[in-house]
Amino acid sequence: MWDGIGDFLAMGGHAPYVWGSFGMVAAIILCEWLLLRRRRQRTHARLSRRARTSNTSS
Amino acid sequence: MSARSIPWLKYAAPPNFYGLADRLTPWLWAGAGLLFLVGLYVGFFVAPVDYQQGNSYRIMFIHVPTAWMGMFLYLLMALYGMIFLVWRIRMADAMARAIAPTGALMTFLALWTGALWGAPTWGAYWVWDARLTSTLILLFLFLGYMALHAAADDRDKGGRAASLLAIIGAVNVPIIYFSVNWWYTLHQGASVIRRDGPSMAPEMLAALLIMTAAFWLYCAAIVLRRAQLEALEREPGAEWAQAAAAGALTREQRERAAATATIGDVGDHDEGDTLTGNTATKQEGRN
Repeated sequence: MWDGIGDFLAMGGHAPYVWGSFGMVAAIILCEWLLLRRRRQRTHARLSRRARTSNTSS
Repeated sequence: MSARSIPWLKYAAPPNFYGLADRLTPWLWAGAGLLFLVGLYVGFFVAPVDYQQGNSYRIMFIHVPTAWMGMFLYLLMALYGMIFLVWRIRMADAMARAIAPTGALMTFLALWTGALWGAPTWGAYWVWDARLTSTLILLFLFLGYMALHAAADDRDKGGRAASLLAIIGAVNVPIIYFSVNWWYTLHQGASVIRRDGPSMAPEMLAALLIMTAAFWLYCAAIVLRRAQLEALEREPGAEWAQAAAAGALTREQRERAAATATIGDVGDHDEGDTLTGNTATKQEGRN
């Protein structure tokens, strides 16, 4: 179907549009996933810290 | 009838919701990853070139799913907003709030990929067409919901205002969907859901549907994960939340917490048909 990798990447002259679209989708999904993971780590750390301090004070 | 006898209401208790989301998300991630790979393969290596648009039509495989997800997530957000307004179930507000960022991103991606598809096809990145304009309004509705929710000092108050906005804004979704029939637009009409069947090659349709399923699973996973964090952040002092944060929430802990969980504040007014098992834990929900 494609005549080599160069033909595939060229997308019949529509490379900027096709890769600009798929690239943005990949970037957004990756960013959303990484940001949520960071929030998750921070929330878990905050709650664990809180659990430790309440355990030592009581 | 007690509200607790409705089966799914079990998951209105944050600890139960948290446990369910924990069990579901690994499967949703795995399914999304797998379907993204299969969908991209079919979309790029099986589906033929379009005789009119060349290869630019392949943008459809992400443009249509993201646009569908934007509309679907908006309606879901409005539905949870309504549940929160009517029954005061806080987990519904947490779900609606967890949906908003992903809905906004999906809508943004629909607009972005649409612009990049429009450029080679119509000769313009943007036109003030009924469908494009109403989709832009959808993005603003998501952003407005998030801003309104975050603006109030009291989370429940912000949630109520934002839920009302979400419900009123829901009228925009049928406008987006039917805009191509109601007005003369540059945007093409429906090509999947039509009376005479989909108007595209079966390989193209397969890629489109697989990618749609992948986006659906991805959105479900990320929304559940975000809603879990919403649930934890609303009760940072609760034993179950601290155990969950440490990754050590036992079944017994979860069930005990769920039995006394604050689901909404209906119980404050009517002890007879209460959603609130124990008001003593109530203050922890507000911080």
